[in-house]
Amino acid sequence: MIAEAGLAALWLAAALAALQLALACGLGGEQGKSIRAVRAVAVAQGLITLLAFAALIELFLRSDMSVLLVAENSHSRKPWLYKFAGTWGNHEGSMLLWVTVLAVAGAIVALFERRLDHKTLGASLGAQASLALGFFAFLLIASNPFERLDPAPLDGRGLNPLLQDPGLAFHPPTLYLGYVGLSVAFSLAVGGLIRGNVGPAIARAMRPWVLGAWVLLTLGITAGSYWAYYELGWGGWWFWDPVENASLMPWLAATALLHSVNVLAGRGGLRAWTMMLALVAFSMSMIGTFLVRSGILTSVHSFAVDPLRGTFILALLALYIGAALALFGLRIAHVKEGAPFEIVSREGGLVANNLLLSVILGIVFVGTLYPLVAEALSGEKLSVGPPYFNSVASPLALVLAALMLIAPQLKWRRDAKPILPRLAPGLLVATAVLIGTILLAPGIGILPRFGLMIGAALLPASLLPLVGRSLRRTPLPIWGMALAHFGVAVAILGMASDSAFTQEKLTAARPGDRVEIGPWLVEFRQVLPLAGPNWTALEAELRASRGSGVAVLRPQSRYFVDPPTTTNEAAIDTSWNGQLYAVLGEPSDQGRWQLRLWWKPFVTLIWLGGFLIALGGSLALLGRVFRRRSHGFYRAEASE
Amino acid sequence: MNRLTRFLPLFILFAFVGAVAWRLSSPADEKIQSKMIGRAVPAFTLASAVPGKPGLSSKDLASGSPRMVNVFASWCVPCIAEAPLLAELKARGVAIDAIAVRDRPEDVAQFLAERGDPFMRIGADPESRAQLALGSSGVPETFIIDGKGVIRYQHMGPIEPGDVSALIKQWEEAR
Repeated sequence: MIAEAGLAALWLAAALAALQLALACGLGGEQGKSIRAVRAVAVAQGLITLLAFAALIELFLRSDMSVLLVAENSHSRKPWLYKFAGTWGNHEGSMLLWVTVLAVAGAIVALFERRLDHKTLGASLGAQASLALGFFAFLLIASNPFERLDPAPLDGRGLNPLLQDPGLAFHPPTLYLGYVGLSVAFSLAVGGLIRGNVGPAIARAMRPWVLGAWVLLTLGITAGSYWAYYELGWGGWWFWDPVENASLMPWLAATALLHSVNVLAGRGGLRAWTMMLALVAFSMSMIGTFLVRSGILTSVHSFAVDPLRGTFILALLALYIGAALALFGLRIAHVKEGAPFEIVSREGGLVANNLLLSVILGIVFVGTLYPLVAEALSGEKLSVGPPYFNSVASPLALVLAALMLIAPQLKWRRDAKPILPRLAPGLLVATAVLIGTILLAPGIGILPRFGLMIGAALLPASLLPLVGRSLRRTPLPIWGMALAHFGVAVAILGMASDSAFTQEKLTAARPGDRVEIGPWLVEFRQVLPLAGPNWTALEAELRASRGSGVAVLRPQSRYFVDPPTTTNEAAIDTSWNGQLYAVLGEPSDQGRWQLRLWWKPFVTLIWLGGFLIALGGSLALLGRVFRRRSHGFYRAEASE
Repeated sequence: MNRLTRFLPLFILFAFVGAVAWRLSSPADEKIQSKMIGRAVPAFTLASAVPGKPGLSSKDLASGSPRMVNVFASWCVPCIAEAPLLAELKARGVAIDAIAVRDRPEDVAQFLAERGDPFMRIGADPESRAQLALGSSGVPETFIIDGKGVIRYQHMGPIEPGDVSALIKQWEEAR
């Protein structure tokens, strides 16, 4: 019954999306009436889609095995949290989540966006409805989540044990919220281009969505990176895997958009460029979803591959992105450019930021798709790995970070004051780090060394925009910017420290053996069997000691029964200056065990930095929404 | 901004969609074919893998008539499955040599005693060097090499009943 209700809700929501599109195209009569109608339909569509998603969650919580999706992906004995998270831990459920976020985002725009003129808002809501319509069609035609299974099996077929992890329960929805939040920027850009209204009003409407989506993408990527780090047991935190790149590309585009949208909102500049970025950011989200869902690129993330679904999403994204880019090409010539500015100015810095981010985006895009293109053109099979990405993208990222030493301190339009005094604190720190690392660690590579220098220099430099301001009256977005830039500095320090100072040891150890790594002396004490709710494991006990303290690490090799899978559960000891990371491998002959140990100084700064960046973004978002509210209130009063 | 720049992103999208549509229409072939096909067998000399049978060197493979080389191991389960089909190929006149990968003489001898021995020469390749030189990425694999010592064909994975006629055809063509 719930399944049928859910399916009916989905059809109804699709019909409402079609109605919304028709009304927005002006088929609903008089303009003043129809914007109200468009708004109402958008809200109804959002609510009903939410209802369909709630129905699917309920089916998973009840373990209703007469529903195919539940039977294939859940199990009645699974812990509650994973039944719940299992709703989106599969193709159909995740696509329903996607379209739910899309519809709800549209509803929120319809409810709260009061500053845009009706025509532009109507066109934007129409664009949002057409996006939703396509994905509703995809769900209803090619990925029905509510399909029944008759006869119902006694129990389900479980969930990939790698996915039974609290972090992972919330990693995909966070990313999805971010991906789909960018759809609003896309729709607003389309609406603005259709109506020939590309200006500060569009940018102000777009800004909170870009900020919110970007914060969620940042959190999602940071959490995903930490998950891969401790769950895969490979000791790395970023693998340039196609699926990771699929989340990085929208993030890069959103980061560029986040910066350029401020120029448009505040100064009226960078109009064409900001619209392009708004289109590209959500396009990258769709392309990312497509790459992940179609299984077209070989990846450690395995998803069910279904050519029909791949073709369907490809057709959708070709249609949407193609139409939007064609619209851009046709209309952008009519957009007036904003106020001029000199190269040495805040705008100049932001343009440089945008160019660098776009080039990095291009590098990641080309690297991710190159194997596909190369095989299509020459039939040659190859893969593009970390050496390419690291050596091409990292130097550019460092240049970008170096730019952050000064650009946020520049004035708008034109900055005639000398640069050097404002650069001095950063330069002093960078020089000190250079001398320090040459003396203490002469052997480290050039990139990590520059990373340490620039990261450290950015710590004070990121806070300089706050200097000379009355801190109580400094707007929240400025605080947010300083905090986010400080987070970038922290993350860069973590990455550089990890690649410069990590020590790794692989040994075949017998119980009683001692291994030295970094400042630690690790004693391998014993291996014991262990049983969990749906797994059994062999657990090693390691006693790690250094000068002051002792830590006990218990890495496991876990065997899941249903479906049969082995995972390595790394054991990690975190201290203020780094992490000791241990993985228990296979038993080898004569009572020895493969034991892999890493000492990673300051590696935690990577994720701490990511978290600070997201926190900074949240502060800025709070500032925007709060100010926006008060403005809206003021205007509503004035118009009464 | 001139017209070309304005539409550039659209062209990039077309290229992307084209490449991806091509991939969707021709699903990925996970096998990695040897890059050595069409080239001469790289020089190697392998000692005998089992007492009483000669070893194998690259010179033996340029004997004027085509030869088949089976890359196998006694520890390889699919190799057991293809053993009767190798015997059938031999019965139909194909000259077969073998490379035993990462194996021990006594294990090879036992494998041949149990599963039959269709091979003229068997070279021992304890570190997979000759295997890698041929461009083989696993066991079992079967190569066809023409009379001049040029690699003509690579069959990956165990030979199945349906493959026999194709292998005979390749062998005839290598003459």
